[in-house]
Amino acid sequence: MKREDWNVSGDTTGIGRVASLDTLDVSHGPILYLEGVHVSFDGFKALNDLTLAVDAGDLHCIIGPNGAGKTTMMDVITGKTRPDAGAVFFGQTIDLTALSEAQIAQAGIGRKFQKPTVFEALTVFENLALAMKTDKGVWASLVFRLSGEQRDKIDETLEVIRLTESAHRLAGLLSHGQKQWLEIGMLLMQEPKLLLLDEPAAGMTDEETERSGELFLSLAGDYSLVVVEHDMAFIRQISRKVTVLHEGRVLAEGSFDKLQADERVVEVYLGR
Amino acid sequence: MDTKHAREASPALRLFGRHGRWLSAVFAVVTLVVVPVLNLAFPEGSALHLSTHWVGLFGKILCYAIVALALDLVWGYTGILSLGHGVFFALGGYAIGMYLMRAIDPSGLPPFMVFLDWKEIPWFWRGTEHFPVAILLVAIVPGVLALAFGFFAFRSRIKGVYFSIITQAMTLAVMLLFFRNETGFGGNNGFTGFTRILGHDITAPRTRVALFMLTALTLLAALAVSRALVTSKLGRVLTAIRDAESRVMFSGYDPLPYKLFIWTFSAVLSALAGALFVPQVGIINPGEMSPANSIEIAIWVAVGGRGTLVGPLVGAGLVNGVKSWFTVSFPEVWLYALGGLFILVTLFLPRGIAGLFDGGEKT
Repeated sequence: MKREDWNVSGDTTGIGRVASLDTLDVSHGPILYLEGVHVSFDGFKALNDLTLAVDAGDLHCIIGPNGAGKTTMMDVITGKTRPDAGAVFFGQTIDLTALSEAQIAQAGIGRKFQKPTVFEALTVFENLALAMKTDKGVWASLVFRLSGEQRDKIDETLEVIRLTESAHRLAGLLSHGQKQWLEIGMLLMQEPKLLLLDEPAAGMTDEETERSGELFLSLAGDYSLVVVEHDMAFIRQISRKVTVLHEGRVLAEGSFDKLQADERVVEVYLGR
Repeated sequence: MDTKHAREASPALRLFGRHGRWLSAVFAVVTLVVVPVLNLAFPEGSALHLSTHWVGLFGKILCYAIVALALDLVWGYTGILSLGHGVFFALGGYAIGMYLMRAIDPSGLPPFMVFLDWKEIPWFWRGTEHFPVAILLVAIVPGVLALAFGFFAFRSRIKGVYFSIITQAMTLAVMLLFFRNETGFGGNNGFTGFTRILGHDITAPRTRVALFMLTALTLLAALAVSRALVTSKLGRVLTAIRDAESRVMFSGYDPLPYKLFIWTFSAVLSALAGALFVPQVGIINPGEMSPANSIEIAIWVAVGGRGTLVGPLVGAGLVNGVKSWFTVSFPEVWLYALGGLFILVTLFLPRGIAGLFDGGEKT
């Protein structure tokens, strides 16, 4: 699909300037905006009129009991699931419901799965090289040669995720926690503008959890992050803004401390 | 700079691996020097003479090895199990067969058309009296079929066993089509009775040896190109698609063109093998497209070792070598032997024969 064909709402982002994926427009604040999103599976309403905005540069946590629609929301944002109704915008201009998974990734949204998903038959280095932001067409891949600059960038990321020693081991041989780190490293190599992290601390030791919290805090600002988590201590450590989902819609929103005192939230988590 | 980067820097090593280079050299010497000399330089009756029958058998097995290599690219590296590669092999054979049929009587119709009392050559046979046209058809017909079939299957995200089943249906459908006399390809008899290829007597030992050498060269070239493909970044994307396709998509790659590329490449390579096969065995008929034939190709790959390129070559050679011995000595037990071999390999050698030599470093 040619860039001109991409479905963008409001053809221009200024006087005569056509919106493209390179010019993410966050001039009005939110980097991600969902409005009135409905998704149902065989009558079960996974998302029911969900409206949510994520501000640029924010570190936004999403919590909610099982079945609240957290993973479905991630699926809708990344193009895996198409909403039955509603709008999903990346910045002011990019309509995510009209793009494929690969196009959404190229537009600048990186996703980390709940279960760490890396390419186990490739080395750690090769995993990072594959994820790197570059032309991802067939011909470009066939003739691809790693430049010195790109190699340095991979080495830098290896430092950040502390896998320099394991660079040439097969990813399938890493521990669960190391795979989590590798997947985070792959997201960073994509140079996304928005990172969606589904339970990033699962399977990590306490020390690793704390370190990943520090990493996410350092990323916020330059990047925007959406974190789905169950680990309340972790959320307390990292969150600036928390949204509670329940039965496919937003139940409450605010700071962690405010929500802890919210009766509705306590009720949802503890039952009546 | 560490060893891995150094290894990447040497193209020759990348192409042929550590032991692969001298193995390829031995293969080249045997097929391009030893076999031709034993067949042509020593007269019949000499103890050192290699009969043309054996040259033909070796040539046939080399063709099978090329198909096994082609299937390894899609199955071993990309995780797409095709149980219909026989159709591409047969279509390549039919394309060259059209030329060979025209060459029997350049001024008239192929014998089967005379037999059916057809008065003129059907439109889709036009131009096939020219060898270059036939070679173009070898690549284009299976290539277009693979492209169209692959596009719809991959776009609909048909995977795993469902994909394998529809490839079986595809080869069966084309086989039934070719069985009909009206289709214009000789019905259930197919093409046979070839006499000349490019003006040479097709049964003469010199022609047979030339075809054999051409097959060996094609195999070496196919191996080199396949190695270059799988060691490129494209090859790593294919492996990634095999192991975690959703991660590939969320990394910004659209898997569809990647799958289509390797699928079509593999189909055309199989067709090339079929085109080398038919002049050497002297016959092509719809039986080559039977679903069982395609399953047999998958067995060669599994026995040799998926995702290793060289393994499937060895698998094709071994299984077909044993097959030609069995079908002469104990024809009725061959299928049991093949089934038993497949079970043994699945249970005890999940990574095939190649897995025995690999020390577990590569998947």
